[in-house]
Amino acid sequence: MKVDLPELSLVVLIGPSGSGKSSFAQKHFNPTEVLSSDHCRGLVSDDENNQAATDDAFDLLHFIAAKRLKNGLLTVVDATNVHSEDRRKYVQLAREHHCLPVAIVLNLPERICQDRNATRADRDFGPHVIRTQRGALRRGLGRGGKSLKREGFRHVLILESVADVDSVTIVRTPLWNNRKHERGPFDIIGDIHGCFDELVELLETLGYGLERSPEAPEGDWCITPPADEPERKLLFLGDLVDRGPKSPATLRLVMRAVAEDRALCVPGNHDIKLLRKLNGKNVQITHGLAETLEQLDGEPPEFIEQIRGFIDSLVSHYVLDGGDLVIAHAGLKENMQGRGSGKVREFCLYGETTGETDEFGLPIRYNWATEYRGRASVVYGHTPVPTAEWLNGTICIDTGCVFGGRLTALRYPERELVSVDARAAYAQPAKSFLPEHSAAERTAQQRHDDMLRIGDVLGKRIIDTRLQKNVTIREENAAAALEAMSRFAADPHWLIYLPPTMSPCETSSRPGFLEYPAEALDYYRSRGVARVVCEEKHMGSRAVVIICRDGDAARARFGVESGETGAVYTRTGRRFFNDTNIEIAFLDRLRAAADAAGFWEEFNTSWICLDCELMPWSAKAQALIREQYAAVGSAARFALAESTRALEAAASRNSADDINRLLSRHRDRQAAVDRYIQAYRRYCWEVDTLDDLKLAPFHLLATDSGVHINRDHSWHMAVLSRFADSDALLMATNHRLIELTDESSVADAIAWWESLTSGGGEGMVVKPLEFIARSRRGLLQPAVKCRGPEYLRIIYGPDYLAPEHLDRLRRRSLKHKQSLALREFALGVESLERFVRQEPLRRVHECVFGVLALESEPVDPRL
Amino acid sequence: MLLTIETSHRPATDIGYLLHKNPAGLQSFDLSFGTAHVFYPLAEEDRCQVCVLLDVDPVGLVRGRGDRSLDQYVNDRPYVASSFLSVAINKLFSTAMNGRSKERQELIDQPLPLKATLAVVPSRGGEDLLHRLFEPLGYSVNAIRHPLDEKFESWGHAPYYTLTIEHYLPLQALLQHLYVLVPVLDNSKHYWVSEDEVDKLLARGESWLPSHPEKDLITRRYLKHQRQLTRDALARLAIEDDLDPDASDKAHDAEEDRIEKPLSLNEQRIGSVLAALKACGASTILDLGCGEGNLLRELLREKQFTRIVGMDVSIRSLEKTSEKLRLERLPDMQRSRIDLLHGSLMYRDERLAGFDAAACVEVIEHLDPPRLRAFERAVFEFARPGAVVITTPNREYNIMWESLPAGQFRHRDHRFEWTRDEFRFWAERMAAAHCYSVRILPIGPLDDRFGAPTQMGVFVR
Repeated sequence: MKVDLPELSLVVLIGPSGSGKSSFAQKHFNPTEVLSSDHCRGLVSDDENNQAATDDAFDLLHFIAAKRLKNGLLTVVDATNVHSEDRRKYVQLAREHHCLPVAIVLNLPERICQDRNATRADRDFGPHVIRTQRGALRRGLGRGGKSLKREGFRHVLILESVADVDSVTIVRTPLWNNRKHERGPFDIIGDIHGCFDELVELLETLGYGLERSPEAPEGDWCITPPADEPERKLLFLGDLVDRGPKSPATLRLVMRAVAEDRALCVPGNHDIKLLRKLNGKNVQITHGLAETLEQLDGEPPEFIEQIRGFIDSLVSHYVLDGGDLVIAHAGLKENMQGRGSGKVREFCLYGETTGETDEFGLPIRYNWATEYRGRASVVYGHTPVPTAEWLNGTICIDTGCVFGGRLTALRYPERELVSVDARAAYAQPAKSFLPEHSAAERTAQQRHDDMLRIGDVLGKRIIDTRLQKNVTIREENAAAALEAMSRFAADPHWLIYLPPTMSPCETSSRPGFLEYPAEALDYYRSRGVARVVCEEKHMGSRAVVIICRDGDAARARFGVESGETGAVYTRTGRRFFNDTNIEIAFLDRLRAAADAAGFWEEFNTSWICLDCELMPWSAKAQALIREQYAAVGSAARFALAESTRALEAAASRNSADDINRLLSRHRDRQAAVDRYIQAYRRYCWEVDTLDDLKLAPFHLLATDSGVHINRDHSWHMAVLSRFADSDALLMATNHRLIELTDESSVADAIAWWESLTSGGGEGMVVKPLEFIARSRRGLLQPAVKCRGPEYLRIIYGPDYLAPEHLDRLRRRSLKHKQSLALREFALGVESLERFVRQEPLRRVHECVFGVLALESEPVDPRL
Repeated sequence: MLLTIETSHRPATDIGYLLHKNPAGLQSFDLSFGTAHVFYPLAEEDRCQVCVLLDVDPVGLVRGRGDRSLDQYVNDRPYVASSFLSVAINKLFSTAMNGRSKERQELIDQPLPLKATLAVVPSRGGEDLLHRLFEPLGYSVNAIRHPLDEKFESWGHAPYYTLTIEHYLPLQALLQHLYVLVPVLDNSKHYWVSEDEVDKLLARGESWLPSHPEKDLITRRYLKHQRQLTRDALARLAIEDDLDPDASDKAHDAEEDRIEKPLSLNEQRIGSVLAALKACGASTILDLGCGEGNLLRELLREKQFTRIVGMDVSIRSLEKTSEKLRLERLPDMQRSRIDLLHGSLMYRDERLAGFDAAACVEVIEHLDPPRLRAFERAVFEFARPGAVVITTPNREYNIMWESLPAGQFRHRDHRFEWTRDEFRFWAERMAAAHCYSVRILPIGPLDDRFGAPTQMGVFVR
């Protein structure tokens, strides 16, 4: 006996003890699919036969069953289930998860059950137990399982004998809505409502051929796909009929395309209402049904019969392209996708309503799309909208053709919208769907994005990035980031990127150096990189700068309504300037520089995002410098001066070796402190006007034309040097292109670094020429810094170079820092790519938040 | 770090006997944090100087420590007088500290002309504190302040002084004073403060601390602000206090002062918010931005409130709140009434939906104006409690505080402070946009021209 079982069902086995349920389950299902009440008893009480544990055991069983169904997994309940009240819960559970409850009854003769139990030592209950169970079972069965069907089971299988049981083979059948194997390409077409002429025009615009035959009725034509894409398929979102002038022709065209496998179609509420009318049901002849009936009047009965058959055969929704695309007339929530139940069908036809009606008497729709978080793109119609726009990965493409709007198609996977104008307004909508037009209206997505959700950032998170696959954010780091993000960061609309941390090069063993360029260059050469760019490292504060061409661009692209035209923020997302007027003036200067450099035209963009260093260091780090660096310098200078003086006096009294040694050590320390003070002073100057600031951009990160990580660093340097030319506020970065396999080139790099650092400079950053470099073992560090010995005094302490300190300081490990740098880099690039793709803000924010969270991981701050 | 002790006692070199350190050469001692050297720049009959030079190992200081921030690597510890010095004094001069001397026992209790110089001492509390700590003990105090960096005059002074104190007293007393007061000036300890620290304080301070006017501050800071320990120490000192009727009177006065003092603004604020919440008949309450739980404590006292949820963006605040309210020790019935949430008003949060009322006490002024909109929607549109009580400073009133420079906000983290009109305008806009009615009440002393220091908006749906 072959039994078809829907791939997602809740199978309830029913039968008295000893009827062979467990063996049946074992034979036909995977062990993880079977939930046995005995096993659950064991889990909660260490005794599979402990009847006292029954309540706990079933709580557990229901809990697991619910989780499995939520995750879309077939589930089998192995318990006696002979009472209807036991079964009710499963029917309800199946309904909640929109899957099918199936009953398989093992109604075997009592003798067999008794015999089987007699052979089992753990079933020492009397024979009356099975007798009672069989009685209950038979009472609940009804004739041919009718009572079970009434309880809500969609399929009932009753096995009356051992032979029956042995003959069963189970075949799992996919649901009708499962078309995951259809990968496209598709053209998805919104509500037509009898606008046949517009449909024909749209199909031709899309490149389809229509073989009009003069003798066939209008619309009964063969559609051929575009010549270069024979696989291209049409997907109709329903509401083919009503209100418009040519519903029969529309039906003919679509029905034939579906019959010839050129198209799929889901039903709309109007189609279903027509079906009910044709089936003789008493329906109200409103909302344009009258026109359809009038047009059908005089059509041959076979055609009417075909329509009935066609609409009746339509499946509520389809899941396509491996689960990445879902189509349904009124859209579909994630937990209903690929499921089948009355509720799912209802949602597909009518969407969700709040149960209230508005002033026009129309049901108030609850916009499920604002809550949508699913992976699949959902394309739907049903509610006319002025323009089709994406919201959280969903799009409504009913652009109200029949009301004089447009008929719209979405090309998939291109995600391109193609529309044709309505030739007339064939009907008046109950309320206008075309808004009074305003110029720079923000998109639905941007309006929605004003409010981010805490659930999208808190807790442990795993972020899928293109460069590094999964990046894990630990719960405690996310919690730390929440405070920083909430209290100090700029408006999240501006935060499309946070820069990654950067590791220093491996520790040098060269006397008198903790870091030396040889190690930085070697890092890349030994990992197969031929050329690197060495850039002078500026000692200021990292700044991310976003410049929009004007307020409209800021609004349109960043969804910012404050009138701001850009932002300058630190590596933790804080506004750089506390004074808004200074920021405005600063951005104005940069905008003029971008004008002069012709960036807007060159990149066909209205905004640019730059990665920069802003100097002086003291501009932002004022408090840190005063309270820490200068304070230490001041204390050290006076303390060492006094100590040296006292030691000199002691030495003049008694010139012993040990006093002289101590004295000379203190003189060395005094000199070291003076150099330390010189080191931090280099990076401090008073800032009175904007002209006292210097901005050195080193990455042109992104514009509308893309994230510029496909360009190498020479390109970035060249483009930004052109940008820097036009304003003294800007500074091009000195750099050298180094051939790592050319000894003299490497020597040049080292010599250059020595000349930079001998004057106290911070040092240089070494980057592989390509923005993204990989080796056999994965992503390489995007950059490695090599800092000068004088600069390092402010990191490791004034006299870190004293041999007794240096040897210990060399024992440092870069591993964690490097891993952090890679994860943050991957997140940074990911956030920019998501922004350029115009994904919802939460998707961008997730990455930015992730970088901030990772920055709260404890790592040696001197690295 | 350098300490110099000088005497003009004759023969001045007797100080070497008292300290048990020979004036002839250099003597070095290994300590856990580095090396201490003792030497004599001067050793004459009429004048003798002894130096304690601490060579603190800056690298060893931080190796293997768990909590890391950059200020632990480049810091003033190797250069300034701190608890390291106290440890060194105790180690190097333990016999003198304990009042013994093999060779000059007769000098132990004898007052000597002594001068001590700390080359660099941090004073968290400014020059004033130096005087307040040492002058009551009879010292003449001379403090020279150092600039942060002479190249940048605008940066002002460093928090360091060269401190010289002079007095006629036994050497043991000088050492005890330095031992206790140096860490007090620095307000920091390099080691974990445990209970035996109380014993150390009492041992070194019993003869002079009970009558010192800064007794409380010294105890608090010496015990590094560990409240329980401070209470223990003060209690043990108080036993001796009873012998001193003056001190006891003083304490009594202070107490009366406290009672007569009007309710603090903070207490009035909490009281007013509580009244507003009770008035709207709420039984489930959100305290948004609960800080360290001042309002929560009051809410818990009221039976009317059956469910209380405190939310804050700072995990540390929540931990403190949990400790202060002793949440883990509350009986189950009480414990089930209250919950603490980590969250942010910059985000929409489903957990905040469905409450009767929410309080936002002194929260909005901490939000950047561009992000206020997120707060407005998170509270009024999404959490949407039946009532919302919001308090915020009234900027007009700032003029009434002499200590507050004109134009400055009351708190460093305030991003704005509103006038009464600005608050009213905002509150009415909120009410209109989200279908609430609003009334605005003053909190604190009311001035004819400037209103009250705090303003409160009560929004009811």
